Amino acid sequence: MSTVGQAYPRLEGREKVTGTARYAVEYPVDGVTYGWAVPSTVVRGRITRVDTTPALASPGVLAVLHHGNAPRIAPGQQPELWLLQEPLVHYRGEYVAVVVATSLEAAREGARLVRIDYDAGPHSTVLTDDHPGLYKPDHVNPSYPTDTAEGDFDAGYAAAPVRVDATYRTPAYHNNPMEPHATTAQWRDGRLLVHDSNQGASSVQATLAELFELPPESVRVVAQHVGGGFGSKGYAKAAVVLAALAARHVDRPVKLALTRQQLFGPIGYRTPTIQRVRLAADTDGRLTAICHDAISQTSTIHEFAEQTAVYTRSMYAAPHRRTTHRLARLDVPTPFWMRAPGECPGAYALESAMDELAVAVGIDPVELRIRNDTDIDPDQGQPFTSRNLVACLRDGAQRFGWAGRDPSPRARRDGRWLIGTGVAGSSYPARARPSSATATARPDGSFLVRVNATDIGTGARTAIWQVAADALGVPPERVEIRIGDSALPTAPVAGGSMGTSSWSWAVIRAAEALREKLRDGGPPTDEVTAEADTAEEVGGQPTRPRYAYGAQFVEVRVDADTGEVRLNRMLGVFAAGRVVNPTTARSQLIGGMTMGLSMALHEEGLLDERYGDWVNHDLATYHITGCADVESIEAYWLDERDDELNPAGVKGIGEIGIVGAAAAVANAVHHATGVRIRELPIRLDKLVGVSGLA
Amino acid sequence: MRAFRYHRPADVAEAVAVLAAEPQAAYLGGGTNLVDLMKLGVQRPDVLVDVTRLPLDTVEELPDGGLRIGATVRNSDLAAHPVVRRDYPVLARALLAAASGQLRNMATTGGNLLQRTRCVYFQDTGKACNKREPGSGCAALHGQNRDLAVLDWSEQCVATHPSDLAVALAALDTVVEVHGSDGARDIPIADLYRSPGTHPERETTLARGALITAVRVPPLPAARRSTYLKVRDRASFAFAAGSVAAVLDLDGDVVRDVRLAYGAVAHRPWRAYRAEEELRGRPFSPELAARAADAELAEARPLRHNGFKLPLTRAITVRALTELASS
Repeated sequence: MSTVGQAYPRLEGREKVTGTARYAVEYPVDGVTYGWAVPSTVVRGRITRVDTTPALASPGVLAVLHHGNAPRIAPGQQPELWLLQEPLVHYRGEYVAVVVATSLEAAREGARLVRIDYDAGPHSTVLTDDHPGLYKPDHVNPSYPTDTAEGDFDAGYAAAPVRVDATYRTPAYHNNPMEPHATTAQWRDGRLLVHDSNQGASSVQATLAELFELPPESVRVVAQHVGGGFGSKGYAKAAVVLAALAARHVDRPVKLALTRQQLFGPIGYRTPTIQRVRLAADTDGRLTAICHDAISQTSTIHEFAEQTAVYTRSMYAAPHRRTTHRLARLDVPTPFWMRAPGECPGAYALESAMDELAVAVGIDPVELRIRNDTDIDPDQGQPFTSRNLVACLRDGAQRFGWAGRDPSPRARRDGRWLIGTGVAGSSYPARARPSSATATARPDGSFLVRVNATDIGTGARTAIWQVAADALGVPPERVEIRIGDSALPTAPVAGGSMGTSSWSWAVIRAAEALREKLRDGGPPTDEVTAEADTAEEVGGQPTRPRYAYGAQFVEVRVDADTGEVRLNRMLGVFAAGRVVNPTTARSQLIGGMTMGLSMALHEEGLLDERYGDWVNHDLATYHITGCADVESIEAYWLDERDDELNPAGVKGIGEIGIVGAAAAVANAVHHATGVRIRELPIRLDKLVGVSGLA
Repeated sequence: MRAFRYHRPADVAEAVAVLAAEPQAAYLGGGTNLVDLMKLGVQRPDVLVDVTRLPLDTVEELPDGGLRIGATVRNSDLAAHPVVRRDYPVLARALLAAASGQLRNMATTGGNLLQRTRCVYFQDTGKACNKREPGSGCAALHGQNRDLAVLDWSEQCVATHPSDLAVALAALDTVVEVHGSDGARDIPIADLYRSPGTHPERETTLARGALITAVRVPPLPAARRSTYLKVRDRASFAFAAGSVAAVLDLDGDVVRDVRLAYGAVAHRPWRAYRAEEELRGRPFSPELAARAADAELAEARPLRHNGFKLPLTRAITVRALTELASS
């Protein structure tokens, strides 16, 4: 029987619930010290003086590192990581010093006592659609064209009988993994060992080697258990660099964990967006013109261009299409990956506009999406390897009980509650990156599989173990899996929903190679190991449009008097290739959907322009959806087989759950109330007192 | 954070004496707010006097029919107390609408009353706040002030009091029992809290070092018909966007007596005397309730981001009273 497809509990589940699983700063280390990052208190400027005397006089404080005394590092490929090297401040909260002390509390007190004088300049931190600094970047994340055009959008739009022109706004969203960015750094004989919370130990190893000018084998990065990342730990960030600098400076091990407050900005965040979507259709709802113009922000240190409108390039067909991206370079921390960067905010806008079009044309919004389905990728002009959007919509509509829905807003009421339903489509690219892995047969009949994958709480360790067992053709109990250590074969990050596709590819090839070596079938007398590196195979894969799809259905109730929005139920159906483990897959999908709900109703970084930073920077004031907000949530998937993906046949499920979810919520709120809120989050202050609501 | 000494007094007199002798000492109850503020550097006591072991943890039924609630009674225990649930549902509901189960298990009655505002500027030492640092200015006045006051604020401070329990206690005319170095005294809860005025750093009328030992809830048979309605930005674990504590006593359909207090609108739990006056002696109707709320809010001065609190407070006033009238 195939192991893949079985609902195995997480391999490390017991360790996690009993508290024995160790996270980055939980490893006991002799002689350890504690680092505390000191953020800048101005937005932009130059440090003119650092007075460390009071901090150094504070009990327990060992050192204060700053640009004037920190060990020198090489300018790497990521200018953000060139920390404590120059007296410049690019945004408020940028780390300008580190205090090291014998206790965490002493380090924190020392940080308070560091006196830094700045020569501060004027700053610009608010994104507007007429910001004078708006420009066209060379490409958008990671390497998509900035603008695209097919046909003649302006003419197509002008000629159409039905048109929608709407602008949607999303605020800054902040990644809040339960485990903050955290590192324990130790130098020994010129070699660096870090236990670090990240999404890819191989990548962090390479970055540290580059910065500290070491051969890669002199840097070891261990990330056995990671308490979430959502993209924010996708490559080395400030914490690991500061910890390594501090440990070298004091010549003792250093533990450094960012506080919750320090996560709001410096680790990256989802950029605010301003998105204008124009749709044109004939009276049957067939799209004739689509335009998506996206505006977002980046920093002055490093360009990050959210690929907000890329979703629109391949989702629905139309003869006349245009997408554009413009950026404003502001005095802010650099935005970065947050679960489904690009697709998530982009789908919110496009799938909201599709709902507005359904209303304008007078067609059911499920049917509208079905009518505009396409087998050919409008962007690349090639057939999709598989596209089951329509199947997801149909299956979801049936499970949800969509049929017979009265499309009129405010049609359903239960006492004070106005009830409405909404739908949205969803898609996310199915990609893979090169990886390596080894498989070893042992004399006792067991097998060892090694790959530097990272389990950021997703269940990746368990999924690869299941894939490995099938590839080796043995029961999983005979397979041991090792991940989360740069000493293992190099592997790509857990990101872009391509961890499992990439790692499993290498694991399967290593297992095949091992079985080839063990032709006689029995356990070897000595260990036998086979290696695999998929660089050539992955690189040589034909370019084809490969996507996962989904359909999101939501029912909300809105209090007619207070404007409170509550979720009655949320249901998603996804077509994401083969599902390796139903238990962990379900967690990923409903986790993504919940995060989309959070985006729609709750989360918002509130910027104070005078201070140039977000004032709500803890979990009491930056609200994230809680369990009580999710009364009913269901995720299903279609049995989908696509042989043009990767050997495991997976499409990735980490991100698609969030894509479209916020639009489905917003569309349901409109259906309930007749009020279209185009600026997230949809909070009660935008609905209470709106005339006609009650 | 600042190093501090920890002291566990044997009795109330010793606790008060330590505070009198140590100018930077602070009482420690459940610590659910103070410890956070110490980590953030917002409060920096050098001595913590842990009052949670003092014998102040009982709920006592008084001969007059009222209740004396010890200052260290935990929020969870108070909410679950059968007499509270029966005679003062407004109290139990206010308690259960607050925080999370874990926090309610820690938080004490006295500490709840003295918790600090959650204004984001107060909680961030990098930003101007007259309450935290007198004379530094109020960044909230023209800043992100959606959660802040619409009534009785001053140019120096627009903070709100965050407690739900205090709103319910204000509606019930609770008396706060206090021990100070000059002995014991009673303070009506209406006199406990101050308006921000020119000294927002002075939040209560308690003398320095005075310890709340209990709160006394007077007998109020009408309170069996009482409720607490709280509206927040998510379903659980959030401070109020608006809240109302209400007691309604009807004689037929005429309002014989009514008690109303609002949360999330002012520097103190806001007893709505004007609204009560509008209601008393008149036949109850939702329209009357709306007029009463309007009368109370007539002097409101919304800030840039919090105008929604007026229709919201009005809506929950109508709802709370209408529900009580029909119950």
